[in-house]
Amino acid sequence: MTTREYMLGNVAIARGLLEGGVQVATGYPGTPSSEIIDTLAARKDRDYYIEWSVNEKVAMEVAVGAAWAGVRAVVTMKHVGLNVAADPFMTLAYAGTKGGLIAIVADDPSCHSSQNEQDTRRYAQFALVPCFDPSTPQEAKDMLPYAFEFSEKFEIPVIFRPTTRISHGKSDIELGEIPTEKSAPHFEKLLDRWVMLPKNARPRHTHLLSIQQPMEDALAESPWNSLELKPDATFGVIGAGIASVYAKEALQELGLEASFLKIGTYPVPKKLILELLETVNAVLIFEELEPVVEEQVKMIAQEASLPVLIMGKTGGFVPREGELDISAFLEALNKAFDLDIEPQKRSIPLELAPRPPALCAGCSHRATFYSMRKVFGKDAVYPSDIGCYTLGIQSGTVETTLCMGSSISIASGLYHAGEKRPICCSIGDSTFFHTGMNSLLNAVFNKANITVTILDNRITAMTGHQPNPGVGFTVTGEKTVEVSLANLCRAMGAGSVVVVDPYNLEEIQEAFKAAKDFEGTSVVIAKQPCVISEKRAGIRRVPYIVDPEKCEGCKQCVKFGCPAIEFDEENKCAVITALCSGCGVCAQICKFEAIREVKR
Amino acid sequence: MSQIEGEKKLDLLITGVGGQGAILASDIIGKAAVVSGLPIRAAETHGMAQRGGSVVNHIRLGTDLGSMIPKKGADVLLALEPMEAVRYLDFLKDGGVIIVNTQPIIPVTVTSGLAKYPDVQEILDVLSEKYIVKAFNADELASEAGSRLAMNVAMVGAVSGYLPIPKEILIESVKALVPQKTIEINVRAFEMGRRKVEES
Repeated sequence: MTTREYMLGNVAIARGLLEGGVQVATGYPGTPSSEIIDTLAARKDRDYYIEWSVNEKVAMEVAVGAAWAGVRAVVTMKHVGLNVAADPFMTLAYAGTKGGLIAIVADDPSCHSSQNEQDTRRYAQFALVPCFDPSTPQEAKDMLPYAFEFSEKFEIPVIFRPTTRISHGKSDIELGEIPTEKSAPHFEKLLDRWVMLPKNARPRHTHLLSIQQPMEDALAESPWNSLELKPDATFGVIGAGIASVYAKEALQELGLEASFLKIGTYPVPKKLILELLETVNAVLIFEELEPVVEEQVKMIAQEASLPVLIMGKTGGFVPREGELDISAFLEALNKAFDLDIEPQKRSIPLELAPRPPALCAGCSHRATFYSMRKVFGKDAVYPSDIGCYTLGIQSGTVETTLCMGSSISIASGLYHAGEKRPICCSIGDSTFFHTGMNSLLNAVFNKANITVTILDNRITAMTGHQPNPGVGFTVTGEKTVEVSLANLCRAMGAGSVVVVDPYNLEEIQEAFKAAKDFEGTSVVIAKQPCVISEKRAGIRRVPYIVDPEKCEGCKQCVKFGCPAIEFDEENKCAVITALCSGCGVCAQICKFEAIREVKR
Repeated sequence: MSQIEGEKKLDLLITGVGGQGAILASDIIGKAAVVSGLPIRAAETHGMAQRGGSVVNHIRLGTDLGSMIPKKGADVLLALEPMEAVRYLDFLKDGGVIIVNTQPIIPVTVTSGLAKYPDVQEILDVLSEKYIVKAFNADELASEAGSRLAMNVAMVGAVSGYLPIPKEILIESVKALVPQKTIEINVRAFEMGRRKVEES
């Protein structure tokens, strides 16, 4: 009897890792990848080691250590995380592994919650390692045990690349067995493999190139690639990963006679592509992000001198940016084959108000930004970083966001370029531990006259509340050292370091004034737990209300931008809604003492 | 699994605002679908976008391909907030059904004076021109059931009559997924939501 369960794609991926006998799991949180480690960590009957690492490079290296000890290891991250881990990863491809090693790197077409749309399949090509590209959550789960075996067979790390709609899609999933037997760890001292001196690296590069064809042949035989040739079809469709299911559904709906090649692994199955190209006049290639498959198909067609019309991203049939869907496939079909498919947009005679995500009601970052702006003023420059607090763009205190950890180094660069205005950058606690520390060290060492604000909300909030070295517990809830941000900053040589409560406007504004006047690198640590984790921990504050008698309708509190404060246009009076979390900052902003705690 | 009876196939879009419980609503339906033996695919909004932002969930019952509903493909639109009913209309079939909670949530863009919130009655009038609209205040209904927080479950009750899943299985799913001490309130909210649509 089979067991079916309804689960999130990332939960299915975690299940796949269990079914593949994972022994060590590491990662750094990043949407859409975070729930994989969260799910594995939440299991009661754990027989594997698991950690949230401080960044992706470290996470990768811990997983490599495990795989070199001969056990099955996984490291998870989002696409931009692989940029951080690229240094070990590129050389790891040469050295290879003993135990199976899967790097799960989740891509985010359309930037649902990311700063770019890079395609991890390019990294796989670049590093010469295979890549698995699942088309459904079920396939994602089923692919993982296979990927471990494949990695061990060829002694090479593999990339597994889900996209947002796989990671955050849900589906009924047929479960498999979880093995109980696992390899015993044993580090084999293969110095010509694990020591990448030039003398060892050169032959490993030759070796890596020599296994490309055998890997491709093995993948072509795998269940993740499939070719359906229709005897009378004059054109074919090639779909890669999740895009293949959109194409398949549209073809079924239209009842079109087209041959169909589904690709789920890289290097691409050249044999299957050639087989398709030999039977059709034209092919449409449907894949998300970069034209990775398309470029390969064109090379194959040219090498075999096949006069097939090849359509995809080049030529503008399929968009090169953004997420694909069934409509995008229909549009591409329309353009490629002049079919008459009706357009699917409609106009609505209503003006809708935009509803962008915002900092939560009572979020301490809003209070910090408010005070920062008060003290540093409109003229100052505000580099920032990646996290919930990037939403502080609405407070006018987020003026740059490049990549994790960059706020402090960008601020330094602005200063050293000769920028004369005050510079105050902001970075979250987790991001500071991730790669902000290096930047602070550099700022201090090279004497940047800037203010660094660490927004310490005691958690990695944006990705779903994962612990970091500052919170005092690990991924499994075990107690551990609580690293002091203040001591760390002092140890790195920052001349002025203060810890303040952002809910206390007077206190934090005094701290900002002192930091602004300080010659050198000053640090203000605004410490107040995330309102969501506080609520989950059962901490309740008394909410606030507006006294309509005292309210003058000046809207100062409304301008603060808290979602719990609305303005009643009829009575020209501010109103605090049920969303209020009781931080009390608006009461300090009000000049007329019209905001007070609800009396119990 | 690929042979699915026509009447067992349904594409449902749930729209709302981050924090309203759209994910729980879709989970109730998803879990019930698996229990009743229907293949199900769903897609939801996570991460930064859920912090008070506009959210949309796709639920596809009786499908074994992708989780994304094609444009003009949804049979039913369940809107937990009136303005959010309009934002994703492209996905609804011509003549499709819209079940809408009439309680607005004012976005920060409106409170800060950057935009205007459209008149709720005007929204309903525009929607009624092309679609079958079932509108009621689900927040008030949930309050009557015992807690405003049960609004999402009241809305699942409201859409339950359109789903190819027996009511009893849906209620079991509600019981399995809501916090233990709120089961009674949520089941009541479900029943009240269902009745509201049956009567209209």
